[in-house]
Amino acid sequence: MNGLGETLLDEVDETLRVRFVVNGRKVACEVAPRDTLVDCLRDKLELTGTHAGCEMGACGACLVQLDGQAVHSCLVFAVQADGARIDTIEGLSESGVIADLQAEFHRRNALQCGFCTPGMLVNAQELLSQLAQPNRDEIRDALSGNYCRCTGYEAIVDAIDAVAKERSKSRNAGGGAS
Amino acid sequence: MSAPLTSLDRPNSYIGRSVPRPNAKRLLAGRGRYISDLKLPRMLHAAFLRSPHAHAKIASIKADAARAYEGVHLVATGADLAKICTPWTGTLDHFKGMNSAPQWPLPLDRVVWAGQAVVAVVAESRAIAEDALELIDVDYEDLPVVVDIDGAREAGGALVNPGSANNICFRSQLDNGAVDDAFAHAAHVVEEEFSFGRHTAVTLEPRAIVADYDPAAGMLTVHHGTQTPYQFQDLYSRHYNIPEARVRVIATDIGGSFGMKLHVYHEDMAVVGLSILLGRPVKYVADRMESFVSDIHARDHRVRARMALDAKGEILAMDVEDLTAIGAFSTYPRTSVVEGNQVIRLIGAPYRFKNYRATLEVIFQHKVQTSQYRAVGHPIACAVTERLVDMAASKVGLDPFAIRAQNVIPDDAYPQTSPTGYRFEALSHQACLKRLHEIMDYDALRAEQVDLRKRGSYRGIGIATFVEITNPSPAFYGVGGARISSQDGAILSLTPSGEVRCLISVTEQGQGTEAIISQIVADQLGLAQEHVKVVTGDTEVTPHGGATWACRGAGIGGETALQATRALKRNILEIAALILQQQPSALDIVDGEVVDAATRKPRLPIAEIARIAYFRSDTLPPGTQAQLTVSHHFAPQGYPFAFTNGIQGCALEVDVETGLIKLLKHFIVEDCGRVINPMLVEEQLRGGIVQGLGAALFEECRYGDTGQLMNGSLADYLVPMPMEMPDIVIAHVETPTADTVLGAKGVGEAGTAAASACVLNAVNDALMPFDATINSIPITPAKVLKALKRF
Ligand code: FES
Ligand code: FES
Repeated sequence: MNGLGETLLDEVDETLRVRFVVNGRKVACEVAPRDTLVDCLRDKLELTGTHAGCEMGACGACLVQLDGQAVHSCLVFAVQADGARIDTIEGLSESGVIADLQAEFHRRNALQCGFCTPGMLVNAQELLSQLAQPNRDEIRDALSGNYCRCTGYEAIVDAIDAVAKERSKSRNAGGGAS
Repeated sequence: MSAPLTSLDRPNSYIGRSVPRPNAKRLLAGRGRYISDLKLPRMLHAAFLRSPHAHAKIASIKADAARAYEGVHLVATGADLAKICTPWTGTLDHFKGMNSAPQWPLPLDRVVWAGQAVVAVVAESRAIAEDALELIDVDYEDLPVVVDIDGAREAGGALVNPGSANNICFRSQLDNGAVDDAFAHAAHVVEEEFSFGRHTAVTLEPRAIVADYDPAAGMLTVHHGTQTPYQFQDLYSRHYNIPEARVRVIATDIGGSFGMKLHVYHEDMAVVGLSILLGRPVKYVADRMESFVSDIHARDHRVRARMALDAKGEILAMDVEDLTAIGAFSTYPRTSVVEGNQVIRLIGAPYRFKNYRATLEVIFQHKVQTSQYRAVGHPIACAVTERLVDMAASKVGLDPFAIRAQNVIPDDAYPQTSPTGYRFEALSHQACLKRLHEIMDYDALRAEQVDLRKRGSYRGIGIATFVEITNPSPAFYGVGGARISSQDGAILSLTPSGEVRCLISVTEQGQGTEAIISQIVADQLGLAQEHVKVVTGDTEVTPHGGATWACRGAGIGGETALQATRALKRNILEIAALILQQQPSALDIVDGEVVDAATRKPRLPIAEIARIAYFRSDTLPPGTQAQLTVSHHFAPQGYPFAFTNGIQGCALEVDVETGLIKLLKHFIVEDCGRVINPMLVEEQLRGGIVQGLGAALFEECRYGDTGQLMNGSLADYLVPMPMEMPDIVIAHVETPTADTVLGAKGVGEAGTAAASACVLNAVNDALMPFDATINSIPITPAKVLKALKRF
């Protein structure tokens, strides 16, 4: 018979215990070495707001913050993220850090099916943390790892543009946004 | 043309207002409930072994090792599922003479495309199921492969289905006479052969299904990422012989559909059977690689067309031949010939000429099936027509706007019947043309083009008029014997606290169905929108209806909601009249209050009527039975389709060194009848245009000689990205249909219909100084360089 030998099967079966701080809470879970972070978040931790659209780093639907930086959770094995701080759309929503982006996306209807949206928001937040006043081309450029099949992108660009301006304004006025 | 003012045009009407979608907040918070997120108790996972061959006999399947693998619950082959599932055939009666081979969930003895699912494994997890696939040994014997259109049509060549006479699925012809005569007497004839590559929907969420059969209850529940739950309820019931009332299909949030998720897929049918065999929930989510080889593809047409004109540039006649290859089967239950049928019927649709002849030949080949995907046939018909019109314009020496202005059916000439037999109630080509000219600032664009050419940059400007089929009646599928509804149903209740709940058969894929239905209900009843709850997508809860396809949600679903709401309002006012001792006609409802119709003076909140009717019916006059729930169905009557129209324009730049095309700006003037929510209409237009631009420049399923898909991943298949896409300027003309009170028509496909035609014309415009032409979509850099003889 072709296929996997016993030893290989045993290795596949093996699980490891990993710990993360997910959305501000300590969690531990058992993962197989081959489990990706996106599968771990979605299946084990039931954080289904993070989506998988390609599982190869092309579409951006799976973006999460790993130690504060936007990362494709389909390209990271769960074991590689051991010990990391992970923030998903659920945590970012609850903490309110992207509330302005969410409100602007809603107001301008910068989403249809919503499948790309969590990844878009994570990337938008990343962009605005690096570039306070991006122009439209810079926004389009920064989003080019996030596919959206529904919207045509323009409303998304408009929404991010509006939030960037709003955040700069409140920063200049000594407001608290960071 | 604008409609007379009605109650829909009140200053504070919800109709025509850009209100955000109430249900979008969940999605923004990561609280969507997609089928791919679903987990049920005791749920198992299916994976499929797929054929590496485009055509082969299955000699044997050895699966003992997979069956014995720990965590595996079932390994099923075609024969196993054929015992419980009846086969299906993708033909419809009104396509006379069409044929297609019967299909089963998994093949019995032969595979007919590379990527076809052959064996199913059900296991504790998807990973275990996939491990077990590796242990299955299928012996294939290669058979001759039919890949391209020419190979398929070769006399004596290989057959897609051995035993059949040839590879033809369907042939059709239209001819209203005197075409040869018109060409013989024409001052000008333009002619071209066009090719349109295969592309596919690439919904960001792939197909997903969870089937849950409960043998104790004899009940099948299917959580299905689809736009048409009722169609699947009917199909699962009939093919698995379960009474319809014991089949429930639930379509929750769905990560994009665009027509792709309303067809029967072999894996989906198999998953239902696997759940029946196991008596447990079984989940299957296609991964992206599987999507590329198993989702329907679309287009794949080759069209030869010519147009005859008189000396002044008046179109006299068209003569068209469309060849299209559709894969090894015609898709079920909507078939794979609708696209070709629409191509030959939509060609020339905006124009006034009389003589038309077309032939359509639909051909089998060893590839995955093609079928209806957003804008079915429209982009092809539009590109063929509009390119010929541009070719004619340059031959006659007319500007593209001028030749169209001269030839479109005038706005005051309706009703009209097109040379292909479509009946148009009222279109607005002239108004749209005029408006497009303004919003493009056309003359300035042309001046700039001339200027830039001198400096060696090559701008192209293209326009394309279009006609779109929306609000289909039973003429579309019903007459062909398909159990696909063209009516919709709604159940509306006034709740005890005075809110309204609306259960309706149209479904939501993010286009804003729930938002517009709640706008219509709120508007017609006289209530704030936040007090309307709309429920969709569950066959156990909502009445049977067509759901969402072919741009029918707003036009047909919206009218259903409107009529249902008027019925509920009548009932509420009847009770109010009894309580207030008034005539119902003297009362109205505004903002949740019953008011004097004449003075608008508030009399009684509707919440109070609900309270009395539900809890103190003893205080109503004897014999009164308050009917605060109404159910209502609406089927379109009058014209078989509500056609819409519009025109698109674009400006782009061709880099003649690299062949790269930069889209600079896109424009659309669109007439979808009454606009319920401008923001959502514009979103539909932009999304549709970008899908059309993807098809124009990037998207193509490329096959090798042996029938293997060469670019079946999201890294290799190009979809439009934000930095490649232009801003899109939108303007509206409103010509409501008189067939409904609401007057709305569809809008979901208009963007896709003409975007690629527009780009084709603009690229050809840019290449004009080089005497180079392009006649093939997608327009890749290689094709541009080849046209420029630089490659
Ligand atoms: S799923 Fe990670 S980038 Fe697509
Ligand atoms: S909203 Fe559907 S993919 Fe972006």
